[in-house]
Amino acid sequence: MTAELVRGQNHPLPDTRLELRISAGHPVVAGAALGDERGLVAGAEWIVRPGAPARSGIEVPSSAAAEHRVAVDLAELPDTVHRVSLLLALPPGTGGPARFGTAAAPFVSVGTPAGDEVATYTITGLDRESALVALELYRRQGAWKVRAVGQGYEGGLAALLADLGAPAPADLAAAVLDAAAPAAAVPAQVPARADSGPVPVPAPASYPLPAPEATPAQGPAPDPIQGPDAIPAPGPIPAPGPIQGPDAIPAPGADPVAGPDTRPVTGPDTRPVTGPDTVASPDTVAGPGVPVPGPAAVSAFDSAPDPASASADGGDAGATISYSHPRRRPVVPPAAPASGPAAGAGAVPPPPSGPPSGSPSGPPAGAAPGARDGEAEARPVPVAGDASGWTMDERLYNQVWGMFEDLARTVAAFRSAREFAEHRLDREIDQVLADPRARIGGAGDAARAAARAHHDELVGRAQEVLDRDLAQLTAEAEVVEPALPPAYARWDNPVWHAYRAPAEPPMAVRLGDLHLPERTGLRIPFLVRLPLERGLWVDSGRGRAVAAGLLDEAETRRLALDSAVAHTARLLAAHPAGSLSVHVLDAAGAGAAAFAPLTDSGVLAAPPARGAAGVAAVLAQLTERVDLLQMAMRGDAAEDLPPGFDPARQLLVVHDFPHGFDDRAVTWLRYLADEGPSVGVHLLMVADRADAAAYGPVLDPLWRSLLRLTPVADDHLADPWVGHAWTYEPPVVPAGSAVLGRVLAQVREARR
Amino acid sequence: MSVNMTKGQAISLEKQGGGSLTQVRMGLGWQAAPRRGLFGSRTREIDLDASAVLFAEKQPVDVVFFRHLVSDDGSVRHTGDNLVGGVGQGGDDEAILVDLQRVPVHIDQIVFTVNSFTGQTFQEVQNAFCRLVDETNGQELARYTLDGGGQYTAQIMAKVHRAGSGWQMTALGNPANGRTFQDLMPSILPHL
Repeated sequence: MTAELVRGQNHPLPDTRLELRISAGHPVVAGAALGDERGLVAGAEWIVRPGAPARSGIEVPSSAAAEHRVAVDLAELPDTVHRVSLLLALPPGTGGPARFGTAAAPFVSVGTPAGDEVATYTITGLDRESALVALELYRRQGAWKVRAVGQGYEGGLAALLADLGAPAPADLAAAVLDAAAPAAAVPAQVPARADSGPVPVPAPASYPLPAPEATPAQGPAPDPIQGPDAIPAPGPIPAPGPIQGPDAIPAPGADPVAGPDTRPVTGPDTRPVTGPDTVASPDTVAGPGVPVPGPAAVSAFDSAPDPASASADGGDAGATISYSHPRRRPVVPPAAPASGPAAGAGAVPPPPSGPPSGSPSGPPAGAAPGARDGEAEARPVPVAGDASGWTMDERLYNQVWGMFEDLARTVAAFRSAREFAEHRLDREIDQVLADPRARIGGAGDAARAAARAHHDELVGRAQEVLDRDLAQLTAEAEVVEPALPPAYARWDNPVWHAYRAPAEPPMAVRLGDLHLPERTGLRIPFLVRLPLERGLWVDSGRGRAVAAGLLDEAETRRLALDSAVAHTARLLAAHPAGSLSVHVLDAAGAGAAAFAPLTDSGVLAAPPARGAAGVAAVLAQLTERVDLLQMAMRGDAAEDLPPGFDPARQLLVVHDFPHGFDDRAVTWLRYLADEGPSVGVHLLMVADRADAAAYGPVLDPLWRSLLRLTPVADDHLADPWVGHAWTYEPPVVPAGSAVLGRVLAQVREARR
Repeated sequence: MSVNMTKGQAISLEKQGGGSLTQVRMGLGWQAAPRRGLFGSRTREIDLDASAVLFAEKQPVDVVFFRHLVSDDGSVRHTGDNLVGGVGQGGDDEAILVDLQRVPVHIDQIVFTVNSFTGQTFQEVQNAFCRLVDETNGQELARYTLDGGGQYTAQIMAKVHRAGSGWQMTALGNPANGRTFQDLMPSILPHL
């Protein structure tokens, strides 16, 4: 059973002999860093890369390619190696993509040499990064596990290597890319060497040397690179020499290892920072009086000027489950909850007791050493898929709905507190006004000011709680959004670039985004269960939306049609190949241009039906289908359906209603809307209710039975818990993006 | 260690370790008392209902009971109506979960009540109790026994109110009469 990992997730490995397969769709350079407990490498020779592609226990390809196989035997690695990080980098100057954001998402699978996959990981959410740590294999209590990391570096391989503690990272990165590049340009290796002889030959020879030689000169070099990324004290590196520096850090870090392995399991309410102290203190010689042993030892020999960053390091080292590099701390402290993402999570998902329930105030321990004493609990770090469910699909679905409910209730709490404060203010001011003595003199003003202060104080407290909860939900959304599968993802999510037709339909599809005015930036995916229980109606009328008022009628209709096409494409993409057939009714042909992505890619069951006759034919055919299926279901005689009966779900897209509809067709349509969903015949209407006004109230039940969506942002959806008016935003395909066409081509391809 | 509370006794919901409670459960359990009489073995079903009323400065703002199982803010949840009691043989038949951290800031008191929906008085109930449990570790903080079994159909059990930065619980144990919490409002107000 293959585990599909999401960022930060880990998985046990059954065997020490492994094969890592990398496929990227474009040439990448693969390498591996053999690090200590904290992921730091002791020197350039601990980085297995093109140019020095083999070490005992691991071998990487010596050139860039779109597909790689990396053989690893973890048992062969030296005991000092605790973490093997798989590195990917884009080779410059090969005509390939310059950053991962413009390329297909790299896919990595971990399997046995026999070919059984253990875990896979698709690295999504990348943007300007040109190098990344894809995943890492790490020792945990004597056993090896794999963790999906997906940490990208905008600064490229040099920044990545600097983060790993490699000496002279810029030179090393250049050497690695040089060594890999020639073969990338020309696949055959021998001619490559002949062609560009001077370049590759010195390269392998040069980089073992520069490392030790260049130490004094290169000492400061890493710093500029590190500068923007990391606050941590540059102390250890330049002062005692680069080799010693990284070596020295693990020593204190090694002490907590005994403790922290079990510590995170005990849950967030133990004090994670003070914990390691007590465990490790017997081993520490450096500074028994200093609370945190890690930093104490570090500062002992280099007198690190910045105790805060040093202890942040130490706290991190204590919890060895951090997948982010220990020296790569966010510069802005408030980012800590978001940036840890999931640090802890990787190994031990925090108990999913509902995000706000356990969300205490205060920064996470470790980020602020000063607050440590008062903090009994750390804010749980959000993790994607942190909900109950049998599959990742179901867990993400439940998590999104959990976020939806939490946001609804949090905002309800805030609004009720604010409302109460306003009522109280009114009452108190009324009392002031009712008292004739208060009308003259300063007493009235003072009382009024007091009432207002009273009001402001309560609203302020409510706002504080709201901000705390929204920050938590925002952090969660930031983790969840990139981890969503295509059916749940926005159209601008890179996961669509790696789209393949699914083997089974997902639980739900995303119909758009929802947000509340309190925090418009916090978007909740609007997921609707499949199979659809109600038809969809994209309202092309003007409605009462403010945004629609600014658009003319034709523009609204065009947007409505576009979003209907996007919904249709997504429904097609969400279904396994051939299990959804789409019929389009476009009586007057007015939507031909908008339907082009569907018609051109050939994913429709038939060309859009034109004219009254075409409309009637499609409706009659689907009505007959519903009748047949209902009879079969009621009679429990599914096997008696005619041979060759298409078992696929049907989606009927109706444009331009009621043009081309006679009374009989309208009756059929109503029948389909009522009876279709139970037998897999679904409806997607693009219509303006005003157009059908001539039918009078006869059609009201039809409109009511459909889920109304708007082509522009509009607050017409109510949640099932509190009944807030949520602003619905239709899905938007990024301007100029060809993703829709590509996905539909894939859908078409999969049917063959 | 559980505290057996008596009327009017207040306990603070602070943890011994210094941290404050985050989640508490008010549990209600009961069994129908066998009736003496000709058909003594026949017990009639008794439906007790637990409710929680949320107050902001002595005004009721929200209520959680069997027809409104979750407060609008999600902080107070009722686990569902039990019509007969006695399922747990000493366990909770109905429970109300309060997430104290999530209670909106203007709510300063939460009053828990028990009503006999079917109209029997507490004389006909056996082993009825109300207890407060720290939901994070399952530890029972306080237990109040519905003793006395007088001629009344409701009881105002306890209130949880803000004190300083944390919460405090006061046992009330006042008898009253009424079918649902609405009938109890006049009896609740003096305790706020």
